[in-house]
Amino acid sequence: MTSPSTNISSMPPGPVIKSKLSRDDVIMRSGMIVIALYLVVTLAFPLYAMLSKSFSTYRFELSQYEMQVSDQDGVFDGAILNPVDLNAATGAYSDTDLSAGSDSRLPVTQLFPDFSFRSPVMYQIRNAQPGGRFLVGSTLHDDTEWTTLDSNSFRRVQLRPVKSTGFDNFVNYFSTPALFNSIKNSLFIAVVSTVVTVTLAFWFAYALNRSCMRFKGVFRLIAMAPILVPSLLPGIALVYLFGNQGMLKELLFGASIYGPIGIVIGSVFFTFPHAFLIISTALAISDARLYEAASSLRATPWRTFWTVTIPGARYGLISASFVVFNLVITDFGLPKVIGGQFNVLAVDIYKQVIGQQNFEMGAVVSVVLIIPAIFAFALDRYVQSKQVAALSARSVPYQPNPNPKMDRIFLIYSSLVGLFIVGILAVCQFAALIKFWPYDLSLSLNNYQFDKMDGGGWGSYYNSIKLGLITAVVGTAVIFFGAYLVEKSKGFRVGRSLFQMIAMLPMAIPGMVLGLAYIFFFNNPSNPLNVIYGTMAILVISAVTHFYTVSHLTAVTALKQMDREFESVSASLKQPTLKLFSRVTVPVCMPAVLDISIYLFVNAMTTVSAVVFLYSPKTSLASIAVLNMDDAGDIAPAAAMGMMIFYTNAAARILHLIASKGILRRTQAWRAR
Amino acid sequence: MTQATASGELYLSISNLWKAFGEFLALKDISLDIHEGEFICFLGPSGCGKTTLLRAIAGLDLQTKGSVMQDGKDVSNLPPSERDFGIVFQSYALFPNLTIEKNIAFGLENTGRDKSEIAVRVHELLELVGLPDQGTKYPAQLSGGQQQRIALARAIATNPGLLLLDEPLSALDAKVRVHLRHEIKELQRKLGVTTVMVTHDQEEALTMADKIVVMNQGVIEQVGSPTEIYREPANLFVADFIGEMNQLPATARGKAGISIGADSDIVKSQTHHFSDGETIVAAIRPEDVIPHGNGTSASDETDVIGDPENVFTVKLAEMEFLGSFWRCRLQNEYFGASELIADFSINAVRRFELEEGKDMVVELPQDRLMAFPRVEAN
Repeated sequence: MTSPSTNISSMPPGPVIKSKLSRDDVIMRSGMIVIALYLVVTLAFPLYAMLSKSFSTYRFELSQYEMQVSDQDGVFDGAILNPVDLNAATGAYSDTDLSAGSDSRLPVTQLFPDFSFRSPVMYQIRNAQPGGRFLVGSTLHDDTEWTTLDSNSFRRVQLRPVKSTGFDNFVNYFSTPALFNSIKNSLFIAVVSTVVTVTLAFWFAYALNRSCMRFKGVFRLIAMAPILVPSLLPGIALVYLFGNQGMLKELLFGASIYGPIGIVIGSVFFTFPHAFLIISTALAISDARLYEAASSLRATPWRTFWTVTIPGARYGLISASFVVFNLVITDFGLPKVIGGQFNVLAVDIYKQVIGQQNFEMGAVVSVVLIIPAIFAFALDRYVQSKQVAALSARSVPYQPNPNPKMDRIFLIYSSLVGLFIVGILAVCQFAALIKFWPYDLSLSLNNYQFDKMDGGGWGSYYNSIKLGLITAVVGTAVIFFGAYLVEKSKGFRVGRSLFQMIAMLPMAIPGMVLGLAYIFFFNNPSNPLNVIYGTMAILVISAVTHFYTVSHLTAVTALKQMDREFESVSASLKQPTLKLFSRVTVPVCMPAVLDISIYLFVNAMTTVSAVVFLYSPKTSLASIAVLNMDDAGDIAPAAAMGMMIFYTNAAARILHLIASKGILRRTQAWRAR
Repeated sequence: MTQATASGELYLSISNLWKAFGEFLALKDISLDIHEGEFICFLGPSGCGKTTLLRAIAGLDLQTKGSVMQDGKDVSNLPPSERDFGIVFQSYALFPNLTIEKNIAFGLENTGRDKSEIAVRVHELLELVGLPDQGTKYPAQLSGGQQQRIALARAIATNPGLLLLDEPLSALDAKVRVHLRHEIKELQRKLGVTTVMVTHDQEEALTMADKIVVMNQGVIEQVGSPTEIYREPANLFVADFIGEMNQLPATARGKAGISIGADSDIVKSQTHHFSDGETIVAAIRPEDVIPHGNGTSASDETDVIGDPENVFTVKLAEMEFLGSFWRCRLQNEYFGASELIADFSINAVRRFELEEGKDMVVELPQDRLMAFPRVEAN
């Protein structure tokens, strides 16, 4: 045989053949670049802006200035005064007074104890080095020329801080117990909530997958209900149940619901569906043959449970744990409503930014919050990639056998969990309809007169629907098309894998952090994109970006099931790829497309954290209204608005179901044999 | 049938094609000419580079180096959409949500044909592939073989100059496969379209191709008509890959012939160019071994030995009945550990009264006994 060496070096030197790009290649690559740019501009740039903000410190450097004071006749004797010495002599400003924010100003007259704006004394001030900055009124002086001012004008001199880059903010953060205690608090409630939720969800999923109890469909529906409401809604219900005037206050035996107890109970409520879904999937794919083997080996049910069931579901359990942990630690709405004096990271960001206008410290807390979030996210991705490998086994689905005693126990257990979920929602609805708890229990619709309350009124509700619809339409189009380009275009390998990586990033970034990053990036006057600040557009962008990853993964999964050669066939038939996309790819993937759109709609309706920094009075949202009305003490209207979100999302789900059935009947007719 | 197509003009010319996947060379310096109207099969074990070569011809995965000329035009770096070919994949890649008619019409749209023209052409194609009534069904409602024919109809709808078939029959069950083999060949002859088919199934290649390109590890081992490939394999790989082949250790004896094993009497073989004493491999197909009984049978007188030198007395170690013939394992001291496998007709077995354990005489005729250089196992 004459086979030449397999060594790559046996190939003759010379240029590698480069493909001439077809029109389709050009269209697809530019499309991909556009969407990648979108992600970079709406994710990477803002995060970078935030990161650099967290390392920026501002401080008044008194040594930067020199001053002169005249006698009563306005004659200067040439003696140059150093403000550092003046401050040391007068004690006007302490060290902490001198650390500043980016917008801080410092008046100088306090350095002169006998200053009077009516005196004839003249003052001179200059920057000791070029680049120093002070204001006279609103005029900025940054040169080293002496400026001569009468005492009345000297009153209007204000020093500007100097920006430096360093870890000062972080040092400051970690030396303030009020701030860094939140790390401990956040981790604590996240871990406790994770353990409780995953345990509850596991047995619930187990009951639904492995028992023959009745009403499984109803329980499945109930388990998914919390997804349809903002995370702060259970907080409101808990206030009604266990608050200072709560119906069941005695059950807490004097403990306060405002704090970790409330946060954990509420977190269990709103993370339950996420954990349930993941674990249920894991239990559903278990292999019946393993159970047959176990029973033929005469293993006890207890032993079978620990050697077959738990190992089979372990990836699901781990994945669910990380997801719940991430949801709890990044959640803002619930601890805001029920947290009381118990500080957590997400609320700290809000307090720093909204309460104290300390944007640098907000950025620092964000950076601190990102670390556990990214950590949990990365571990989850790792575990999920393992699970895919486990799935490939050709397993036989497990069929549970009736066991009256166990089935009854599971039914009781599931009913209790169901009661908890339905109960929380029912309390909110009840609260919304009561005239004035606990004094006037008559029913009324007064609480629905949102226009009379703080929070944006019915307008914010309509804004939310608008946001949900636009996000669903625009987001689905962008995300699905982006996934298509990345999955199905040829060559351009580096670009494609880069895109995949960027698309995974949003999931790791908490909504609060994204919102804060948007302030830094889009509210910067020198950014040409700052026109969208305060508009609906930035809310849509923030929602699409925040919920990008899950949608992208849904789209990619659907696209991977398409024959890899469709594009080749289409090209050989000289048909544009976009024709294939619209005639074949989209119709075949319609179930996934509809799933993505309802996911985006529901999440845009319920999110608080991604939009709390970005709404303007004109674009207030229902979820924000719940927060603000609760903040203002209008808890009943807040509950009413929260339930409006619930009903809207439930209606959207039903509509989506009907529409899917209709559309699917048309586009998926080919599935029927 | 080979001579009819070989006269066509040169249509596709591949020269010095290389393809590297990272450090791995999938194609090494491939050159090949294909003439108009020919049915070519790329045949080889999986991983030999045959599909890579097909995809390079189509422009689906561009070669790293080398050129492809199609119909006098250099298409080396053109994207698939600017080349002239139709393709059928192993998965058929029929669009599941479009009816059969719309699948076939997909490539006819935007080509200046109006709707009625397209409808006529689609009907014509459905007739051609023998499925005139199936136009309104969806692909999932057809059997595998029917889907395959629809994929073929779609590929030839626009009258491409070149038809590429990537393992088109592999996903079908054996009976349908045999039937479709014949149909595709018929259709190709009727249309006269130059066709390249990739297959790992030698029977498919032998029955369908005008010319077979045998590939292994990224190189072409031999190009030839099915009979050439079968009867005159260029090397041991081709000999072994196509059909069954006995391989016996042997020693070259200069111009005189070869010895089986190290020291049997000299036997004659097909011409070869080995130096005296070189260790080689003697090869013969099982059906080419001629039985001559055991020297005691009465019928021996009528039994004429062609090459008296090429005769061995062997022990019939084992006989296996395979319906139309007997497969026999023959042992001889010169064969060493290897057995000679021979297929004897039922008549011969009866005539020579062959039985397991008996001795018999076999002839390895000179024109069927091949000699190849030994290949180190790799």
